[in-house]
Amino acid sequence: MRGVLHKELLLYFTSVLFYVVATVFLLLAGYFFWTNLDFYVRFGGMNLVRGLWQYQFYDLRQLLLAMIPLLTMRLLAEERRLGTLELLWTYPLRDWEIVAGKYAACMVVVFALLGGTLVYPVVLSTLQPVQPGPLLAGYTGLVLLAGAFVACGLFISALTDSQIVAGTATYGVLLLFWILTWNEAALSEGALRLLVPFSLFDRFQVFATGGIDTRDVSFLLLFTVAFLAGTLFALDARRWRGVR
Amino acid sequence: MTIMAAQAMLQVERVSKHFGAVSALDEVSFTVREGEVVGILGPNGAGKTTLLRILAGIFPPTTGTVRVAGRDPMHEPLACRQAVGYFPENAPHYPELRVQEWLRLVARWKRVPPSHEAEAVDWVLEVCGLQEMAQRRVGTLSKGFRQRVGLAQALCGNPLVLILDEPTIGLDPAQVADIRARVAALRGYRTVLFSSHILSEVEAICERVVVLARGRVVAEGTPAELSSRLGVRQRVLLRVDTPLASARPLLAAIPEVTAVRERAGALLVETNTDIDLVSRIGQLVRHRGWTIHELRHERLDLEDIFLELVRRG
Repeated sequence: MRGVLHKELLLYFTSVLFYVVATVFLLLAGYFFWTNLDFYVRFGGMNLVRGLWQYQFYDLRQLLLAMIPLLTMRLLAEERRLGTLELLWTYPLRDWEIVAGKYAACMVVVFALLGGTLVYPVVLSTLQPVQPGPLLAGYTGLVLLAGAFVACGLFISALTDSQIVAGTATYGVLLLFWILTWNEAALSEGALRLLVPFSLFDRFQVFATGGIDTRDVSFLLLFTVAFLAGTLFALDARRWRGVR
Repeated sequence: MTIMAAQAMLQVERVSKHFGAVSALDEVSFTVREGEVVGILGPNGAGKTTLLRILAGIFPPTTGTVRVAGRDPMHEPLACRQAVGYFPENAPHYPELRVQEWLRLVARWKRVPPSHEAEAVDWVLEVCGLQEMAQRRVGTLSKGFRQRVGLAQALCGNPLVLILDEPTIGLDPAQVADIRARVAALRGYRTVLFSSHILSEVEAICERVVVLARGRVVAEGTPAELSSRLGVRQRVLLRVDTPLASARPLLAAIPEVTAVRERAGALLVETNTDIDLVSRIGQLVRHRGWTIHELRHERLDLEDIFLELVRRG
């Protein structure tokens, strides 16, 4: 698995796309922090969590939704297009090692992106005391959410040899899970009750306000595991479907 | 991990592969012994790549059994893959990676001990003539060098068996000769299974040929065995100044002649005996007063054998 992780990181850090994504992510995150801080100073009252971090985490969540499909789209789709997946299958590697290596590499990139945003609380702590607890909860939520996004993107990338198709479909599927419960007026009460647990948007609310709900943690982990299992199944489909 | 060298390095027994309703292989059986260079020959769509993918451990057969270096890939997939170096058609590669970087990763995947990694990579770079290219990104290399990188990754980790799927496809003649020479140099040191639809290539490199058509083995043996199986011992090409239609029945009337065919304005005369066919045709030409433009023995190559076998198969 470490070999696959190493290769994926080499490919990420030699690709222009990574630097574009990182630049856009950090620029927008910085812009959001500046506007959120401005809002907090003017209207936020004394509660840093409710007045600032909550909005910052919502914005970072939004950015992850937009950026992660760009990071996952090439993971397996490009291997299929190049024919290198066929090559990987002939090395003494198990399928789970390929999947785990790719997943871990993308998460390393996500950690790097989120790591860049840690500068905001550090800067703020020079001006006023910052409680680490709510920040820890918020970042835990972001990492779990990003983990779920990456698993979904990896799965969809395993289904096609087109990066564009993989990226677009990942964005579509994640957006669907995101807005599942938004149109409350169009849904019956029963349907809404059924859909609420699957809404990625709702699953993040508690994290953003400094709490950790084990039901949210469990759901996001299950979501991740389900899509990783789906990815393994998609790779195993070569047994009856062939290589393409 | 060491794999015991067995006499039969690749054993394929009654292997069939179906993808849904499509049958790609049908009861294919053959054996490749240690140190042999064997060619898999067949037209496009014959099932060559499917067969090689099964042997390389990419997917299992639907029915039948395969043994690689004496082991069953179904039960010991990783050990079997470690015993095999595979070169897929079109030499897939990561364009962004440097040659040495890529080969080091392959060495790691093939479980070369870290202390031997650099040595293993240097060895394949040398064998494949890639030392000068070690720091170049694979995507910037010419097609010929990329094929060499493909061969290098297959050789990396010192596998017992090399499986090469059309390694010369799309190359210019000099590059083809280069790859052929590198593969031919492995004879006796490695067991090689080499697929191609270029007949002269298989004839030049391989000691033995397995001919596949429509997913079945239609013939197996040395080129000489295959030609005798067809019942053609010699063939003479004749080009004369008389209309071919009038010359043809006269040549066919020679008792030992088994067939007379037209090709590009010439006649090909075949026999399954050892008579001096050139002299016999020469006598007929003199007797008829024709002017000879060309009269020579034509080498019976795999092309003819192959086409005939595929037609019969």
